[in-house]
Amino acid sequence: MQKYIFSRLVQSLCILFGVLFIVFFMMQVTGDPVSLLLSRHATPQEVEEMREELGYNRPILIQFTSFVSRAVVGDFGRSFRHKQPAMDLIIERLPATVELAVTALLISLILGIPLGLISGSNPGSFWDVISRGTGLLGQTIPNFWLALILILVFSVNLGWFPSFGRETWHFMGLTLPTRSVILPAFSLSLFTMGQLIRFTRSAVLEIRSEDYVRTAYSKGIPDRKVYIRHILRNASIPLISIVGVQFGYLLSGSIYIETIFSWPGLGNLLAESIGNRDFALVQAIAFFSSFVVVTLNLLTDIAYGLADPRIRYE
Amino acid sequence: MAKILEVNDLITRFYTFDGVVHALSGVSFDLDEGETLGIVGESGSGKSVTMMSLLHLLPTPPARIEGGKALFYSNRNEQNNNTDPVDLLQLDKSGIRKIRGGKIGFIFQDALSALNPVMTIGRQISETLIEHLGMTVDEAKKRSIELLEYVGIPEAEKRFSAYPHQFSGGMRQRTMIAVAIACNPEIIIADEPTTALDVTVQAQIIELVQRLKKEMKMSVIWITHDLGVVAGMADRVLVMYAGSAVEIAPVDDLFYNPGHPYTIKLLGALPKIGEEGQHRLESIDGTPPDLLSPPAHCQFAWRCPHAAEKCWQAVPAAREISPGHHAACFFDFAARRP
Amino acid sequence: MDNNSTGQQIPTGVAASTGLAIDQKQETGLWHFIKYTAHLLARDKAGTIGLIMFVIVVLSAILAPWISPHDPLKQNLRHAKKPPAWYEKGTMEYPLGTDNLGRDILSRIIYGSRVSLTVGFFGVLIASSLGIVIGLFSGYKGGKTDNIIMGGVNMILALPYLVFVVFIAAILGSSLLNVILIFGFTDIPIFVRITRGEVIKMRASGFVESAVSIGATGNRIIFSHLLPNLIGPIVTIATFEMSAMIFYEAGLGFLGLSVPPSVPSWGNMLAAGRKYLVIYPWIATFPGLAIVFTGLGMNLLGDWLRDVLDPRMRRVKK
Ligand SMILES: Nc1ncnc2c1ncn2[C@@H]1O[C@H](COP(=O)(O)OP(=O)(O)O)[C@@H](O)[C@H]1O
Ligand code: SF4
Ligand SMILES: [Mg+2]
Repeated sequence: MQKYIFSRLVQSLCILFGVLFIVFFMMQVTGDPVSLLLSRHATPQEVEEMREELGYNRPILIQFTSFVSRAVVGDFGRSFRHKQPAMDLIIERLPATVELAVTALLISLILGIPLGLISGSNPGSFWDVISRGTGLLGQTIPNFWLALILILVFSVNLGWFPSFGRETWHFMGLTLPTRSVILPAFSLSLFTMGQLIRFTRSAVLEIRSEDYVRTAYSKGIPDRKVYIRHILRNASIPLISIVGVQFGYLLSGSIYIETIFSWPGLGNLLAESIGNRDFALVQAIAFFSSFVVVTLNLLTDIAYGLADPRIRYE
Repeated sequence: MAKILEVNDLITRFYTFDGVVHALSGVSFDLDEGETLGIVGESGSGKSVTMMSLLHLLPTPPARIEGGKALFYSNRNEQNNNTDPVDLLQLDKSGIRKIRGGKIGFIFQDALSALNPVMTIGRQISETLIEHLGMTVDEAKKRSIELLEYVGIPEAEKRFSAYPHQFSGGMRQRTMIAVAIACNPEIIIADEPTTALDVTVQAQIIELVQRLKKEMKMSVIWITHDLGVVAGMADRVLVMYAGSAVEIAPVDDLFYNPGHPYTIKLLGALPKIGEEGQHRLESIDGTPPDLLSPPAHCQFAWRCPHAAEKCWQAVPAAREISPGHHAACFFDFAARRP
Repeated sequence: MDNNSTGQQIPTGVAASTGLAIDQKQETGLWHFIKYTAHLLARDKAGTIGLIMFVIVVLSAILAPWISPHDPLKQNLRHAKKPPAWYEKGTMEYPLGTDNLGRDILSRIIYGSRVSLTVGFFGVLIASSLGIVIGLFSGYKGGKTDNIIMGGVNMILALPYLVFVVFIAAILGSSLLNVILIFGFTDIPIFVRITRGEVIKMRASGFVESAVSIGATGNRIIFSHLLPNLIGPIVTIATFEMSAMIFYEAGLGFLGLSVPPSVPSWGNMLAAGRKYLVIYPWIATFPGLAIVFTGLGMNLLGDWLRDVLDPRMRRVKK
């Protein structure tokens, strides 16, 4: 197990290094990174200063080294728009994204897993058709369109939820979500829900026909116990991975949903900074999102290892 | 000797997209108390389906048991001392559940996939004990450790909380056996239990089952590819071909006086004593027939060197060609060597 | 439990016979292939529906100039913001209404399918051809080469895809070619992984070794053994990936990062319609439905292809 964790850790670090590489060299694609880092209206003098300040006159390898050495301590330079360190802006926007991601994850877990279980346990039934339909729609309805439709129905027509913005509720020093999170979270959850339904369904279907399930029946174990002890329990192990991956994806911020709902999170910040061509910030967000995703994958792998004795006792 | 199991005319079919697979078309055999019945036949001949039909272990759909009887003369019937047979095929869910693991134990071929990879060995044994014998968790644990020792697993106490992947192939198969015998069943069905193992381990497992059979007074149904194994351990042998029982006879009678051309071919394909290798059945030429549309004549006619005209017109019924020796062929090819 | 659950070899007679009646006749050639495929398709209603939906989209892209009631670019402020025909104020002249500049929404949707399909088709073409080559190379070479390539592949697959696509699109600037290149290149890893997986599987089965032992050379092995076995999984994945690219293209369009705003594309239409969501909701509704329609069709088709092209799936009734 220690070896397993160690190798995953090394892998994750390699990936993050690769991300830095990509993020750095992406800026070189256009030939002049400084033009990307400054606003379009910068004077030639400003450009030259910037070039000097960031050391763009130095050989590329040295530039990369210094980029990496600053990046590992979280320094991605300053946003020219906000005149603040990029990382500070990200940290500031993080809580909103976390709130949205966690809510969306909960919605998709609460709806997706039971639907997948019912559907995998009774293939061909009414509920199977419903679940598969939901799963398919979840994967084909673009969430940016769904969000618009939900706003139309539930905010404009019914007036149940606000159509944009994040409202929080402060209680005993805690910042708690309010109903303003419901519509964005639901729009965001649909894809994950679809994934969970499809995945749970096929996991249950597959495990149902495993030899060890037949063995359990051959021992005279009642159906319900076979289900819980052998089928559901085993199906929940691969589920850990998919939930982890999906959570990473949710946490990396949804550029569409946050933009549509003016939700003050990372995705919104990314959209803004792209609109402003504030590339120092874009770089920082790209790295930060990858960091979140990679870390979550790592944690997921560890959780998976703990849950599966074949890995735990390696 | 008293019969313990009597299967008559068992018919099982699979309703698939491509048509109806006639997996079993009327299989009959019986099992005596304390006897070891060997079942041989090419793969796909319906050996496993026969056994799983008896215990309702086939997935439905696509499987459907469409006819036959499977009378089980249980004489360890604690509840009511009656010795009336029960028809396994007619039992409801809870009825068959008491038989499975309780009165009939099942050993599967590949113990690695037949044991739950994320459940401890110990729990997989005690689960059965708790279910059938109403033991508490602690009692079941104690008994499970005894069982593990009994099937020859060293350091049983420690191994109780191990997982299947930590065991060797032989140990896993021993565990499967412990599961099967846990509730002191009357019959053990072993479906190719040694196919996945190497030869020395295979011999140990055979020896173990032989010993347990004697000590626990069980009857054994042993399905195998390996005629050598059958010769060594079975009292009688059933030969299956394309979903039918084509011959059944006491072991010596079968080996010396095979009555059905298929059996004769099988034995002909057997390496002589002293030759290397396992005695596999694959080596006979031709392919088994299509179970999707079984012909209205002898299933073996295509491959049979003796096929005559009537073989292409009707299905031969099984008949007794000498006492206790039945074959499903219009002719009797038994050499009657003494 | 399938009939191989005891881990034995499937008897040849049975394996061959569990195909279809047509199997037995041993016909060959294109006509047989078409008949066979049609037969398999007819068995799966969802697949048939998916194929029909997809064909509708393809036909509207090809026939756009002939079937569009109006010029998709022609503005007509007198007819601006007309609701769909079934509204009181709608007319049959503009069945799905008009947008804020008086352009016919139906015609724009029909033309929009051209952008979506072009991006999807060429994106997948680039990704799959490069992916297959790299995957074959990686799986075939094995060892260090394989490790390095797969390291890169796994790295790219572990990244938050959308964030990077948006990043790249923002740097490169919006044009049809750029969008195609972005999807074409970022999607290579999926095809590498699947190709390499297939090669490794075949190596393990001793298939390649036995071909080598009878004197087949590298190229021959690839063309006569590996490629035929690869077609199934590749076609299936290509369908799903194409559908995903159409989805992502619309997303980039929604952010103003895909084709220039003047080009009628579903994403651009959505972005424009969003501004009028509350008062003229149809402007954003219909392009969204077009995306869902296409995605649904391609996913149903993909599911069917997966079942059909994976021979194991054919045998058991679902
Ligand atoms: N789930 C199933 N669906 C369709 N056919 C099946 C299924 N299970 C078994 N069969 C068919 O039943 C026949 C007998 O199989 P089996 O009993 O496993 O053979 P064996 O003698 O090798 O144990 C085979 O021809 C197989 O095709
Ligand atoms: S009945 Fe005829 S074809 Fe069948 S085994 Fe006997 S001799 Fe051969
Ligand atoms: Mg079998």
